[in-house]
Amino acid sequence: MTQAFDAADQQALLETRAEAALALARRLGADACEVGASVDQGIGVSVREGDVETVELSRDQGIAVTVYVGQRKGSASSSDASEASVRDVVEKALAIARYTGEDPAAGLADAELMATRFPDLDVHHPWPLSTEEAIELALTCESAGRGVEGIRSSEGASLSSGEGVHVYANSHGFLGGQRGSRHSLSCLLIAEDASGMQRDYDYTTSRDPRALRDPAAVGESAARRTLQRLGAVRPATGRMPVLFDPSLASGLVGHLMGAIAGGALYRQSSFLCERLNTMLFPDWFSLGERPMEVGAMASSPFDADGVQTRDNVFIDQGRLASYLLSAYSARRLGMSTTGNAGGARNLRITAPLESQESLLARMDRGVLVTELMGQGVNGVTGDYSRGAAGFWVENGRIQHPVEEFTIAGNLETMFQGLVGIGDDIDTRGSIHTGSWLIDEMTVAGA
Amino acid sequence: MTSQTSSMLDQAGEILLAPGGLDLDALEVGLGHALGPGIDYADLYFQRSWHEGWSLEDGEVKDASYSIDGGVGVRAMAGEKTGFAYSNQITADALAETGRTASGIVRSGKRLTAATCIQVGAEARYAGIDPLTGLSAEDKVAMLKLADRVARAADPAVEQVSASLTGVHEVVLVRASDGTQAVDIRPLVRFNVSVIVVRNGRRERGSAGGGGRYPMSRLRDDNVAERFAKEAVRQALVNLEAVDAPAGQMPVVLGAGWPGILLHEAVGHGLEGDFNRKGSSAFAGRMGERVASPGVTVVDDATLADRRGSMSVDDEGTPGQCTTLIEDGILTGYMQDKLNARLMGMAPTGNARRESFAHLPMPRMTNTYMQAGQDDPADIIGSVDRGIYAVSFGGGQVDITSGKFVFSASEAYLIEGGRITAPVKGATLIGNGPEAMGRVSMIGHDLELDTGIGVCGKEGQGVPVGVGQPTLKLDELTVGGTQS
Repeated sequence: MTQAFDAADQQALLETRAEAALALARRLGADACEVGASVDQGIGVSVREGDVETVELSRDQGIAVTVYVGQRKGSASSSDASEASVRDVVEKALAIARYTGEDPAAGLADAELMATRFPDLDVHHPWPLSTEEAIELALTCESAGRGVEGIRSSEGASLSSGEGVHVYANSHGFLGGQRGSRHSLSCLLIAEDASGMQRDYDYTTSRDPRALRDPAAVGESAARRTLQRLGAVRPATGRMPVLFDPSLASGLVGHLMGAIAGGALYRQSSFLCERLNTMLFPDWFSLGERPMEVGAMASSPFDADGVQTRDNVFIDQGRLASYLLSAYSARRLGMSTTGNAGGARNLRITAPLESQESLLARMDRGVLVTELMGQGVNGVTGDYSRGAAGFWVENGRIQHPVEEFTIAGNLETMFQGLVGIGDDIDTRGSIHTGSWLIDEMTVAGA
Repeated sequence: MTSQTSSMLDQAGEILLAPGGLDLDALEVGLGHALGPGIDYADLYFQRSWHEGWSLEDGEVKDASYSIDGGVGVRAMAGEKTGFAYSNQITADALAETGRTASGIVRSGKRLTAATCIQVGAEARYAGIDPLTGLSAEDKVAMLKLADRVARAADPAVEQVSASLTGVHEVVLVRASDGTQAVDIRPLVRFNVSVIVVRNGRRERGSAGGGGRYPMSRLRDDNVAERFAKEAVRQALVNLEAVDAPAGQMPVVLGAGWPGILLHEAVGHGLEGDFNRKGSSAFAGRMGERVASPGVTVVDDATLADRRGSMSVDDEGTPGQCTTLIEDGILTGYMQDKLNARLMGMAPTGNARRESFAHLPMPRMTNTYMQAGQDDPADIIGSVDRGIYAVSFGGGQVDITSGKFVFSASEAYLIEGGRITAPVKGATLIGNGPEAMGRVSMIGHDLELDTGIGVCGKEGQGVPVGVGQPTLKLDELTVGGTQS
């Protein structure tokens, strides 16, 4: 049931389409043009309670065209990258550019910034996996989790595997292609006791299937995480230290990146407007990106403007050293692009790391947060208030699970109040970090 | 078949099938591919959508975009198993390939033939039109510029104004092996304004928006550019004065309308059929039991005229309906799609929805709201000695298994001695669904629906929804402020 997919052929086809779109746009009157095209395909299976539940085969494609007529811009896209569709898309983009207003900042990134180095970043590892094999792996994962004493039922285990090609071209003559793959296995379990039902999950994900964790280990740890939550109570209301587990600490990095992104800054929608070169974190903390890291989740030699990516340092010994800029947002701010159109790639922290035990001991009394709920983060003011679940810590040790409480503060004071980072680094996403201990937040519970 | 359905069917055939050389008869053949050995139900979902978006910044419409999506999704089911494949080509070859792929979920068993096709006759809940064409490009630009001017004129503290106008024209055709054949043409438009105000170095945001299933020209006729611009500025100025919110348990009064997101999170998701069939919802097995205070009646209603969450037929071709979920505090209904209804021995309720042809349908909400009660909103506020009055929210989330839900206030006030006093900063409210509904102690007579801004996410799929409620008092809820 696997579908034929030859990434090299697909890339060649997308490149042809992109170049045709550029040529057509120029012929129809565009002064400049850029085209993104992609095709992705994958398989997803889910099993529940020992039997297969869904098998999904996906194949998505798309083409997006942006044209510039003078300083006016128009964009159009389609989920159909056929030749006929390309013509429609180009014509529509040009039609729109007749009605948009002049924007002095509009246009492609400068030609001399276009990427010229395209090293193999080792991010494309297709998995020739049959449906039966995919089901078997998911079943192995789920059954290991269900086998743990105390697990009542399963919400299922899922395996997904996919690969794709993305091409970006513009009228500077730039043409870049990227192939990539991603494979994931997850398990979600339910446990129940007199206090009610709880669920939790675990997952593994990687570009290379050989780097995935053992399916049974994922199921077992999902079971352990679920069982740990049984009997949760509400913590007392008060001000106390909060330890964010690694998967949530990476969210705090995400809020930081959102606040130093050019789009938020030029719209004055960030609590970090005009804070360049000021101290945001303790001086032992640095944060940078490694877009060319071999085999990493977000590696790419060029950004969404075609600009060569580079190792940026955003936080240098506590100081905000660089914003996160695309060609457009840089022009709006009177600065230069940082090669971050489309975001930051492979963020890495430089700081002294310590064990979770050590962080708990330093915390003494507070909450270890392992789950956050809701969207209560205001990027304009930095105000932070979110639902949470986790564990109560007293005398430097985990005492019991807690739930139905909020943690609140302000991101700026939270960043200043960062007192330690764990060595328990979560390497699954594009942001790698360990736990973060924040000196004080308001916990609202019972 | 009414004449409207007949003409919609012609249109759908013209738009969806004809370009790939297909006609309605070809759907029988397509279904035949999906009805492999052992398959007990199969359906084909054809969709084409046109999306247009215009956005304004710095007083100029600097960007606009247009996108065209479409294809066919083919689903084959055997018991609890579902096979699914899709293609963005609508051709005989694509139907054969996706049909065979989907039906590969099982390999043996009886081969069924599709039931005789019956066109679903459903009452139209909105006009089957293309909403994008009713307004010229110049008019669209003019509306956005008007919002900018009105917002900037409203107060000198306004530093930034962004406004957007979006519209979707969607044509769907469903053909299922149980004989269902249904067609729907769904318009959806929305206008949004967001402002940044700065005063004495303090910066705040305010936003307002709305829309529904009607032509874009109605947004202009309803003067939304001016109304939403003024509302966004008003909210931002309130937030400039906001003090830190309190932390801890206290009475909470929720305003009418959009705060109905409480119902969406606290009870709505927990009453979707899939979670209850699997027993993973905190409401599972509680049909007929008391799950909320007396006086609490909650419905999910797809039939409201022109509302954002309304559907004439759902994405499986079942007519949209109004389902009573909780009646006078007693759990009376779940929201169902065909799969979960069949497995639970219940009837589908017209709640099967999918983000697109490339996604599987699931039981989803449409417009979910609480019926009005008897109380005067002023009396509700007056009954609270110290608490919070929250009138606008940013969004929410629920863990349907533990029942814990959150929703985050974006405009709220302190209530002190029965009076609304200072505005407070946004704070997340957290509670347990069944418990919170049991703490509803007063229900206003002022039922309102939201302005048409909701998007609900479930398993990665977003669909437009509506919510509503009258002013409500919950005797106790945890408020996640910073002042403990």
